[in-house]
Amino acid sequence: MTARNRELAGLVLAAVLAGVALASVTIARDAEASTNAVVWGALFLGLYLVAHLVARRTVPDADGALLPLTAVLTAFGLAVNYRLDADDGGRQALWVAIGVGVLASTLIWLRHDYRVLEQYRYLFGVAAVVLLLLPSAPGLGERVNGVKLWVHVGPLQFQPGELAKICLILFLAGYLREKRESVARGRLKDLGPLLAIWGAAMLVIVQTNDLGSALLNFGIFLAMLYVATGRTLYVGVGLALFVAGAAALYNALDRVENRVTIWLHPWTDERVPCAINGQLEFRQDCASYQLVKSLYSIAHGGFGGTGLGEGTFESTDGTPLIPFLRTDFIFSAIAQELGLIGAAALLLCFLLFVVRGMRIALRAEDGFSKLLAAGLTFGFALQTFIIVGGVLRVVPLTGITLPFVSYGGTSVVANFLLLAGLLLVSQRANRPR
Amino acid sequence: MNPRIVRLTYVAIALVGVLVVMTTYWQTWAAPGLAARQDNAIKRVAEFAVDRGLIFSFEPRKRLARNLQREVGSKTLYFRRYPFGPLAAHVVGYSTVGRSRTGLERSLNDYLTASNANLSTALEKALDELRGKPVEGNNVLTTLDLDAQGVALEQLGTRCGAVVAFDPRTGKVKAMASSPSFDPNRVEDDFDSISAITADCANPSPLLNRASAGLFVPGSTFKVVTASAALESRKYTPSSTFFDPGYCSVYGKRVNNFDTSSPFGTITLENALAYSVNSVFCNIGKALRARAILDTAKRFGFYERPPLETPADERAPSGLYRNGRLYYPAQDSDVDAGRMAFGQERLLVTPLQMAMVAGAIGVGGRLLEPQVVERIVAPGGKVVLRQRPTLIRRAVSQETAESVARMMRLAVERGTGTAAQIPGWSIGGKTGTGETGVPGANTTWFIAFASRDEETPAELAIAVVLENQEGTGGVTAAPIAKAVMEVILRGTENP
Repeated sequence: MTARNRELAGLVLAAVLAGVALASVTIARDAEASTNAVVWGALFLGLYLVAHLVARRTVPDADGALLPLTAVLTAFGLAVNYRLDADDGGRQALWVAIGVGVLASTLIWLRHDYRVLEQYRYLFGVAAVVLLLLPSAPGLGERVNGVKLWVHVGPLQFQPGELAKICLILFLAGYLREKRESVARGRLKDLGPLLAIWGAAMLVIVQTNDLGSALLNFGIFLAMLYVATGRTLYVGVGLALFVAGAAALYNALDRVENRVTIWLHPWTDERVPCAINGQLEFRQDCASYQLVKSLYSIAHGGFGGTGLGEGTFESTDGTPLIPFLRTDFIFSAIAQELGLIGAAALLLCFLLFVVRGMRIALRAEDGFSKLLAAGLTFGFALQTFIIVGGVLRVVPLTGITLPFVSYGGTSVVANFLLLAGLLLVSQRANRPR
Repeated sequence: MNPRIVRLTYVAIALVGVLVVMTTYWQTWAAPGLAARQDNAIKRVAEFAVDRGLIFSFEPRKRLARNLQREVGSKTLYFRRYPFGPLAAHVVGYSTVGRSRTGLERSLNDYLTASNANLSTALEKALDELRGKPVEGNNVLTTLDLDAQGVALEQLGTRCGAVVAFDPRTGKVKAMASSPSFDPNRVEDDFDSISAITADCANPSPLLNRASAGLFVPGSTFKVVTASAALESRKYTPSSTFFDPGYCSVYGKRVNNFDTSSPFGTITLENALAYSVNSVFCNIGKALRARAILDTAKRFGFYERPPLETPADERAPSGLYRNGRLYYPAQDSDVDAGRMAFGQERLLVTPLQMAMVAGAIGVGGRLLEPQVVERIVAPGGKVVLRQRPTLIRRAVSQETAESVARMMRLAVERGTGTAAQIPGWSIGGKTGTGETGVPGANTTWFIAFASRDEETPAELAIAVVLENQEGTGGVTAAPIAKAVMEVILRGTENP
């Protein structure tokens, strides 16, 4: 069976899964089965068939597992988003359709040789920094939950951080491919740009208060630096610098300090000062309300979950129990309704995606391609870790999206771009010669 | 670059692997602990889809808590109503969406929502879930006598205080009332009206169950414990004689009797209890020393939370308190035993504990576990849990108990507790007036037991406490004890 035929079979399975999930949601909501689920399953399959057909023409030899895995992840995302808010589910479906369009056009555009992008590496580098700092530009940025992540231009809004990640990986792949020997030797002149990136990461934290995004981009940077140079020392020094910088900021910025305090001690037995209402409250009723409620949600799911559509996310009068459920906390919604079985299945899909991505990096022939594939894949894995780890109290909670699953247009589109990158590298590595 | 990519792959796999492990941790290992937390709004709200078990009073058989079914969206939810409002509010508690639960609603939540780990109910629940039927909880039958509850609250009136009455032979609690009470139906939507409740004391705290969690200076009611310790030590008999000068000197200071104007002169231990003579007990305390008395108190249940089906934090242990914490002296000299012996010196007790003391004396020294639940019944009629009388321990010897009982009967016959006499019943009691340091703001007590005659074991034990009183326990608390006992005993006269 060729890669593309495997892909087709996988997509059919993903479409069945999407149909069943949506059917389950509507049955739980309306207490009756409808044929809508079949229609949705068919539409879902149709959408991914477009991507599949474009892939057949442009990347016929590329990895056949990535697209079906993406389909499964978006199916999870669509079903849960639809279950939490039918209108937002519809909008998310539109974003997935746009994402597939972006994927198809990227594949068509770069079908001959994606390596032309390497020439524009500095442009990407500048773009990454500009995009990261854009939300803190006066008049453009919007502060949500104390963190500046959004940019408003007229009626449009987007999260530039997601696109910045892709730009940064492209810049690093190009720059490190060119300079890796001299960087490995430790010439100060070549380390300059890297120190500049460290500074930029810190600046991003200060400017936007967004620890998660800084951690993600810096992690990607260290991983690619390691792959390019093999110098563990750099990774060590880089981590030490990041921790030192973050520790300095911990003392300087209340917000960072709060995040860490919440992470370490979400529950208190005594009432502590609450910044939200200025009174003495238990921390679980105040600063760590979100995290604690999300943990309750996960625990309530237990082994088998409550079933799609049967979970408890609202009080009896309809007020939400978990703020930012559809973006930051989508994983705790999935964990409650699908239980350990469903949450583990979702994580395994992420794991498979990561393993396939790394396999592409291994099989790629040139340095740029290897660095690009490894960077994209590691970024995907680290982003998953930071947000799900935050929800699971493994690391301090920061607001970034769960790839392909969280509600949000920019995130979905950016991850389809990431997928396009991996498919293109894979095609080049697997092409018949 | 490939070996490095392989290493990076391991790191990436480890990152996702940690997530799988932690998800497993929260959903299996940590889940029961999180489910039990009171601020777990997810579980609390989810349980409103359960057709929650009802709670009944024993006599007359009435629904103390029932459900109000309401359709919300596509779901059927069951909201709680309490037909008798404040009448048994502290024992039954409340179950609301907005606030954590209290009382039996909290401690028996697993039974009421049928999520108790019992194989047959678990199976039934799973079947209900599969059929899409609402899960039905188990019904709880309490031991409460609703008429006695009513009289107790009526008698307490606007005063702050509590009444506990139970059958010391079985441990079944007949009445447990705390004043001021509140209407549990208002907790959800009109909590401000509960916060606004006032009563004749500085801290009305209507939600506090004073009967089991209120800590009060025991005053002279503690002399029952001291007398028991004295007899158990075998250094004294009921006819041991003392000289009462009207005061007792402790560390060179005079500690006066309640009424110093007329010292009793030479007096027996028996009469000292009946007339509540401080100086006698003060001297016994100095002779026995603090820890010997406290050890007898422990045998009555002091220094542990009194057993009852209500939540643990709604029951407080009695004993010496220092800086708000329970405290057992490491040395006898740490405590002024003379003042402790007549119930001062940082002693704090709950009415439930003092009812247990009176009860144990009334039934020959046996201390039974107080129980407010009679049985728990599954929807099909199967009894899930039946409470049986449970002996905690023998608190004092039969001989000691009978002697102290006689002294307490004397107190009601011709001593300080004459206001509690009930024709046809033999009542033994002890008054108490705990000084809080503020004149005219005493804590007054009456503890008692009632038996058919002097030979038979007591059928009822009671403790009444009142805050912020000017009179003595014999004047203020004893009549309440009498009224409540009369209601309960009337029901038992023709068994």
